[in-house]
Amino acid sequence: MTSATRLKSRSGAPDEQNAQNATCAGKDPFAHKGVAAVTGSPSVPAMTSPTSAAPPAGSSLGAGPAISLRDATKQFGTKSGKPFTAIHDVTLDVAAGEFVTVVGPTGCGKSTTLSLVSGLEPATLGTVTVAGTPVSGIPAGVGYMFQADAILPWKTVLDNVALGLRYRKVPAKQAHEQARDWIDRVGLTGFEDRYPHQLSGGMRKRVAMAQTLITEPSVLLMDEPFGALDVQTRELMQDELLRLWSGSGAAVVFVTHDLTEAIALADRVVVMTAGPATVKDIVAIDLPRPRKVEEIRLTEAFTELYRRVWDSLREEVEITRARGAGNVA
Amino acid sequence: MSLDATAAPTQPTLRIWEFLRGRTGHSKVTVNAARLLLGVVWLGSWELAARSIIDPFYYSMPSKIWDKLVTWFTEGTSQGSIWSNIAVTLEEAVLGFLIGTVAGIVLGVLLGRANFLAEVLSPFIKGANAIPRIVLASLFVIWFGLGMSSKVATAVVLVFFAVFFNAFQGAREVDKTLIDNARILGAGRWSLMRTIVLPSATSWILASMHVSFGFALIGAIVGEFTGADKGVGLLIAHSQGNFDAAGVYAGMVVITVIALLAEWLITRLERRLTSWRPPTTSAAAGA
Repeated sequence: MTSATRLKSRSGAPDEQNAQNATCAGKDPFAHKGVAAVTGSPSVPAMTSPTSAAPPAGSSLGAGPAISLRDATKQFGTKSGKPFTAIHDVTLDVAAGEFVTVVGPTGCGKSTTLSLVSGLEPATLGTVTVAGTPVSGIPAGVGYMFQADAILPWKTVLDNVALGLRYRKVPAKQAHEQARDWIDRVGLTGFEDRYPHQLSGGMRKRVAMAQTLITEPSVLLMDEPFGALDVQTRELMQDELLRLWSGSGAAVVFVTHDLTEAIALADRVVVMTAGPATVKDIVAIDLPRPRKVEEIRLTEAFTELYRRVWDSLREEVEITRARGAGNVA
Repeated sequence: MSLDATAAPTQPTLRIWEFLRGRTGHSKVTVNAARLLLGVVWLGSWELAARSIIDPFYYSMPSKIWDKLVTWFTEGTSQGSIWSNIAVTLEEAVLGFLIGTVAGIVLGVLLGRANFLAEVLSPFIKGANAIPRIVLASLFVIWFGLGMSSKVATAVVLVFFAVFFNAFQGAREVDKTLIDNARILGAGRWSLMRTIVLPSATSWILASMHVSFGFALIGAIVGEFTGADKGVGLLIAHSQGNFDAAGVYAGMVVITVIALLAEWLITRLERRLTSWRPPTTSAAAGA
């Protein structure tokens, strides 16, 4: 697979850039960074699999990756005094306009990776940069969709969606106008004056999506955003997400434990090890875009990729399970 | 056989309970009739007892209290018109309530978000809360004299701690995801307070406001006991001095009516401020 085919398959990316990337991929001074999306952990062998070496997909020539983690490690203090390592030596680059999903065993520290990028938690060791700037505090242009409901229960749909703009000192009238536009885009027209408790789970996720996307983030972090939804609603929301994301040029890091979701959405799937988590494997997903989630998962190419990712993940899941059993015993 | 024997007598009992607790039992008319009956029995037995067994000089009786109230409202009291006395007490209580509530909310929310400061100050706050603050009323009379400010100060200390602790707790228990989300969306410190922390703490604060207006009234009345030139508390103290039990009861009735009116207003305010909540929760909170 070449970067050209992969880029062309992504809807919304300007052709001009595709051509640039295709021709310059070899000369790209940042090429090594894209390929070097591997771990420094000694327990994990260096990536030699051809599919794991994803080509760089910088939005413009010479610009670095949208997100870059270098040997990022995060430790938390515990009551016993012995620090708990959530993630260990994570090295990963995400290009602008690239959709990366992160899978790993339960509780391995996938979410921690997101909080490092978002600036909500500082990295203990290593560096994290967003758009070339080291993260300290919350970087500009970052959007974050949480697993739990994060919309304000005491604000109406309209006010919730307009929230980000109001925080950014956009005048109320203009913010509401834009919010109405986004409410329309996520298909909630007519529900502007409802409070969150009057909406279904799927509708609340649509509000959260509009709330996040209205700030037009260049980096979109998603922490199992659809985890709490039923299967049908989830697939619908996945399609909606792809539709809204296509053409936005945003770099997406999407954490999930659902392999089908991970493969259906992604350009690359990052497999994390059992905690302390580090990057184990990166699988490029060369399925054509635009994708329909319900349809794409029935194709042969999809099943092939599923097997490929699952083979990599299974070991880690087994380790986690063994630990869990050990704790029980 | 034995099963049947035990089951039979429970049947009618069950039916009575169902009748009492069922739709008919909960109808407004029945409930209000029962309330009226309870009131009549209570006051009637008091009245009868005072006319036969107990000494009305010490224990008074409803008819005497009623006469006293009528006199107060038609002819005025020993301290001038009843309305001017109510106005004074109400002013003290409302001022104390407002100052205490605002101070409690501001300090509670700020301290609730400042972990270091909260840890440093916690023994002092606990100590201050442990003081029987009502005693401060005497100190305030020395400090501020017999005028209004000493009563307001007493009401403020009583109200402040009730509101403060709830606001503090409310500000600490804000959902972390909401805060993170708002920070990502670009909220500054002040926006975070105004749009996330304060609304989150509102239900806690409102809960404390129900009790704290009662505290404000207590503060005002006790302040007036300690020394005053006007107010319902002074009327009660005067009645006590004259061995006028009916006057003490009449003062209590006046205060009770004021407290009930205030409670009604606060409940309305609560409904307005929490209209976003699902109806089940607000019904539970109202109960």
